[in-house]
Amino acid sequence: MSKSNLTRRGVLKTGAVAGAGVALPTIFTSSAHAFTNEPTGSSVKIGFNVPQTGPYAEEGLDELRAQELAVEHLNGMGDGGMLNTFSSKALDGTGILGKKVEFVTGDTATKSDVARASARSMIEKDGVTMINGGSSSGVAIAVQGLCQEAGIIFMAGLTHSNDTTGKDRKANGFRHFFNGYMSGAALAPVLEKEYGSDRRAYHLTADYTWGWTQQESIQASTEALGWQTAETVLTPVGAGDFQSYITPVLNSGADVLVLNHYGGDMVNSLTQSIAAGLRDKQVNGKNFEIIVPLYSELMAAGAGENIKGVFGSMNWNWQLTDEGTKAFVKSFGEKYGRPPSNSAHTCYVQTLLYADAVTRAGSFAPCAVAEALEDFEFDGLGNGPTLYRGEDHQCFKDVLVMKGADNPTTQYDTLEIVEVTPVEQVTYAPDHPMFGGTEASLGACNNGA
Amino acid sequence: MFGLNKKDTKFLYIVVALTLLTPILLQPFPEASPLAQFNAGYPDLMQRFAIFGIFAIGFNLLFGLTGYLSFGHAAFLGIGSYATVWMYKLLSFNVLPGLILAVICSGLFALLIGYISLRRSGIYFSILTLAFAEMAYRLAYSVLTPITNGETGLQVYSNDPQILMGENSSTVTNFFGLEMSANYILNVGGWQFTFNFGYYFCAIIAILAFYLSVRIFRSPFGMMLRAVKSNQQRMNYTGLNSRPYTLAVFVISGMYAGLAGGLLASMDPLAGAERMFWTESGAVVLMTILGGAGTLMGPILGAGFIKYFENIFSKINDNVLHSWFSFLPDGLEDFVVFIIHPFVGKGWHLTLGLLFMLVVIFLPGGLVEGGQRIAKLFKRKKTTPDDKDPEHHPKPAPHVAE
Repeated sequence: MSKSNLTRRGVLKTGAVAGAGVALPTIFTSSAHAFTNEPTGSSVKIGFNVPQTGPYAEEGLDELRAQELAVEHLNGMGDGGMLNTFSSKALDGTGILGKKVEFVTGDTATKSDVARASARSMIEKDGVTMINGGSSSGVAIAVQGLCQEAGIIFMAGLTHSNDTTGKDRKANGFRHFFNGYMSGAALAPVLEKEYGSDRRAYHLTADYTWGWTQQESIQASTEALGWQTAETVLTPVGAGDFQSYITPVLNSGADVLVLNHYGGDMVNSLTQSIAAGLRDKQVNGKNFEIIVPLYSELMAAGAGENIKGVFGSMNWNWQLTDEGTKAFVKSFGEKYGRPPSNSAHTCYVQTLLYADAVTRAGSFAPCAVAEALEDFEFDGLGNGPTLYRGEDHQCFKDVLVMKGADNPTTQYDTLEIVEVTPVEQVTYAPDHPMFGGTEASLGACNNGA
Repeated sequence: MFGLNKKDTKFLYIVVALTLLTPILLQPFPEASPLAQFNAGYPDLMQRFAIFGIFAIGFNLLFGLTGYLSFGHAAFLGIGSYATVWMYKLLSFNVLPGLILAVICSGLFALLIGYISLRRSGIYFSILTLAFAEMAYRLAYSVLTPITNGETGLQVYSNDPQILMGENSSTVTNFFGLEMSANYILNVGGWQFTFNFGYYFCAIIAILAFYLSVRIFRSPFGMMLRAVKSNQQRMNYTGLNSRPYTLAVFVISGMYAGLAGGLLASMDPLAGAERMFWTESGAVVLMTILGGAGTLMGPILGAGFIKYFENIFSKINDNVLHSWFSFLPDGLEDFVVFIIHPFVGKGWHLTLGLLFMLVVIFLPGGLVEGGQRIAKLFKRKKTTPDDKDPEHHPKPAPHVAE
């Protein structure tokens, strides 16, 4: 350095500045609110954090439509949708606890980092009391952790990984959607009936928490049938081109391909598998089959013809005939001119469930809301009788086994319901080894400050 | 003072004052007003301003001084984050060990990449750094999953060792017990100002980082780096080996990025591979060029500008637009919203792109040049009065502090 003029005055000044810097933090004290973002005015804000860009963008945009619809219904606009069929009658269309519901939206871009930044700005800037959304389990787990630290409620949207309510479960986080284990348990009997008990499966798996746990679940339940697993290959999320992963399948001696992919990835991998002629092949004297354990209408529409006869599972489908489903499909259809997807359904229901829990608890405080949701039994929201289990904050309800329709009439009925698997068949113990075993715990609920 | 000349000292004071008053300056609109949408004085965004300011200052040391355009700086950011989160997992939530390790790790990594990449210059250097960063990203994303936790991102679990955690230790990131999330909220009239400890922690580090960069700019070492930029070949012909200098500044710049990465993980204890993606490397290049490469203040301005757009414009959705234009008649309202829609919300990239084009075309020196032009309008023209030799008119070097 060219100049190094250490003077007495300079040292004193430096010392003073440094001293001020060190003393500064002492002004920080926790504020007097009872809990984070306690709503004080005549309205309450909730946050919808969904992917509007990235491989799961289609799902995210549909979720956003449903969330806006839910807010309308909570505020007493529109026809009320599922509020009329919901077994709990606490909500009366005057907002939540008399406060008008407002919402802010954010784009997660299907990336944990971006999602957390967006969620933090919702909490710190907009003062939301609840965040709903988080397609992609990686994102959901990241945002759930953030909400736990900040002391607000996280109502998970589309997240199917066992970890969300398993090893990474949190006291402030709740999931209505089903999970990988349930998919495996529901699919296995149907697969046995259709394809027999002597099969060799080849897994292509999205390389993140959801892919891993779904593959583990499907592998476990198919191996219990007597199937063998030829190989499991991890593929990057958003890869686009799966050709190089599909070619080795042909030479592996496998006769079933399990695609643990979702969203745009699934559309690509399925289309490319069909284009490679996999389904026309005969291996070990059997027809080669493809399975997509987690389906969605938007993926089915994207994959078009290719989806015919392919089995998978879903949380809910608009073709169900119960009263709740009919009411929801009607008001969604009237507003947007299309039937809702199952990810839209789960976000809509989660928003209602939160509002209902707040009303029953009589408070927005996260711990009170959590208590109202735990072991809550309800009906009329499209899935039949449902339980929000207190031990892991997971909903237990019937699971749908779906098949690509042979003769779809519109772009919306490309999937047909094969079987409604009863809830008993997909229920597991809270300390199941696939869900973090005995070590997994919710921790204490956090009201923040 | 501080080994700076008078002008630089004054400049440093201005930066310090601006940084410390950020929570007030960024909150110009009262809470209840509809313009509160544009307030940026909440902790998360202020922290980002400071952190990405550090990142851009570091990048500018390399790019602004030597002209070497690295397209892989995000790799160092990511490494810093991973190192810090690992320290949380192994030791405790005190950020200090993590930050130190972040700087060391990214420095070592920069030494390795720099040693190889600096054998080439120009476009080849850029491509090499890009290749390394992409490699680091792919490794973090899948191959090194046991270390990085892949796409889920590295986070702290309750069953991690955390050997320094005592009974009463804080369970959020802290600096010797002072929690990063601690806020002091001041309500004045309709305004709400949030003074966040995490922000001030970042801000003080950013000021130190800025000070260090001023010293480097003014040092003989900095002069040598500028010489590399103006004509490296001539330097080599005079028998001077420039590589040690470029390698040194590459490592310093990498350490700045690592520090920024560590701070990101200090504010929010999660490290994701996306941080190393090439778009993130591109973002820091944009920040520096948008603000003004080679100037002291430019990169900080650029970082603030881009982060502001990313966080504020991306959150304006159709509902907000409708509420703004609700005074217009129905058809016109829909039309105006339809026109603006592609530029806000998820279309914020489009707005940023247009602004970037405008800046590069009309203000090649970045936002700093814009500021200088405005300042010039108000200043009287000076005719070099102190010139001892009236015949000799070297073009005065523009003061980088302006």
